[in-house]
Amino acid sequence: MTLPEAAGLGLAFIARLITGAQGHWHGSTPKAEQRIYFANHQSHFDWVLIWAALPHDLRAATRPIAARDYWTKTPFKHWLTREVFNAVYVARQRGSDGAAADEDPLEPLMEALRHGDSLVIFPEGTRGNAADPAPFKSGLYALAQAFPEVPLVPAWIDNVQRVMPKGEVVPVPILCTVVFGPSIALAPAEERRAFLDRARSAVIALRDVA
Amino acid sequence: MADLRALSVSQQVGLLFVVLFGLLGIVTIVAFGKSLRDLTAEQAALRERFARELRALWTAAVVFWIAWVSGPIGSTLLFGFVSFLTLRELVSLTHTRRADHRSLLLAFFVVLPLQYVLVGMRLINAFTVFIPVYVFFAIPVISALANDPFRFLERTAKIQWGVTVTVYGLSHAPALLLLDLPRYRERGAFLVFFLVFVVVAAQVGEEIASRRLRRRPVARAISRSFSWPAFGVGVGVAALVGLLLDWITPFAPLASIAMGAIAGAAGMLGQFVMQALKRDAGVRSATGALSVTGAVGLLDRLAPLCFAAPVFFHAVRGYFGI
Repeated sequence: MTLPEAAGLGLAFIARLITGAQGHWHGSTPKAEQRIYFANHQSHFDWVLIWAALPHDLRAATRPIAARDYWTKTPFKHWLTREVFNAVYVARQRGSDGAAADEDPLEPLMEALRHGDSLVIFPEGTRGNAADPAPFKSGLYALAQAFPEVPLVPAWIDNVQRVMPKGEVVPVPILCTVVFGPSIALAPAEERRAFLDRARSAVIALRDVA
Repeated sequence: MADLRALSVSQQVGLLFVVLFGLLGIVTIVAFGKSLRDLTAEQAALRERFARELRALWTAAVVFWIAWVSGPIGSTLLFGFVSFLTLRELVSLTHTRRADHRSLLLAFFVVLPLQYVLVGMRLINAFTVFIPVYVFFAIPVISALANDPFRFLERTAKIQWGVTVTVYGLSHAPALLLLDLPRYRERGAFLVFFLVFVVVAAQVGEEIASRRLRRRPVARAISRSFSWPAFGVGVGVAALVGLLLDWITPFAPLASIAMGAIAGAAGMLGQFVMQALKRDAGVRSATGALSVTGAVGLLDRLAPLCFAAPVFFHAVRGYFGI
């Protein structure tokens, strides 16, 4: 076992110890196929929770998105995201961090999907603390357009804001669940806003299942 | 009986576990044999519930066995871990706010380990006052420093209560293992076994009685099965089991009956209180089925022990005047 693998197992163990990280599958099954998971976003812990709730075999092929400027700043952060989580790096703003000014910020995601990897995205763009998730950003729509054959699986993460509220560094042990729902797909000729709202309500609908 | 007394203490305790695992093994084999037959849906549901309870019993028996085999340090660590899981479940079920974060960190990462360290070091006096005195003082201070007056008393009380039930209460089980009584050294395992057995017997007695008697429940909004006659039957069963187990305890027969009745009653009432808490948290179903994030059923199973252990512990100390 390599060091990153061991670190991954260790992190998944800690996540389970602290949150339980129970994955519930309602309307979809954990399956080794290419997928885009999208979920509500309330805490830095969200990604680890989804990752720990997935069966072990699916973890290696499921990648998070990380902001390049923040997650490559120190050698440890860079190692953690590159070696353990195999993150896809994106530039937060066009033209920053030495990226070409005309590079599409979604290009690294498209690249990963062309390779056949699964992605986990948080379409709200930022961590929210309201009861309902914020309106979704359009990235999900662009990905659905470019890869119509990849199932889009909604997920609702419950309770995680209590584990580590914004601004705190030590997590409190509280049980959390991740509910994965039935996959959705972009309908032919569906409008961008209509699709994004539909995706958002697919996530919210899982709250009552949780 | 004379042969049994000739065995050394650890041989006696070992024999106790052999008998326990043997009984569980027989029940499991019989249950498996019965499960091979065709069942109606209703029978299947009942069978499934029984299988779940049996699994829990196996787990509990293995936990106690490991606790005994691994000595003071091992048993303290093990009960500390169980305490952690129970507190995690209780906190998940109560509504806490952002400002409670630091107090909860204190409860999980300072109070809980310290309490079990005190138990492991057999500092009986220190561990009986640590949570009721020092933690009672520290938690509201930390909470007040978080600068949020919203429902302050309610929030602080919840954390204190949760720590008292799941850490303080449960820590009395390993403390019994480590309690040194006159003429009863190294036999704490028997006391824990006695406690668990009478508490479980009281529960089973109450459950069966409430189904047979079908009396009016005392508090319908909290529990549809808890009634005074059934409670009385439970206490009676616990007292009887206490008398039957008299030979493994350091008590006189009459004291055994009283201890059994006290522990059984405390356990049943603790279970009743836990049902009230679950109603409050919005958990509708009985153990097992997940309806709310955080309700995994460990709290249900341990609540009787959490409430009965301190009462039993101090009854024992009072009886011996130490």
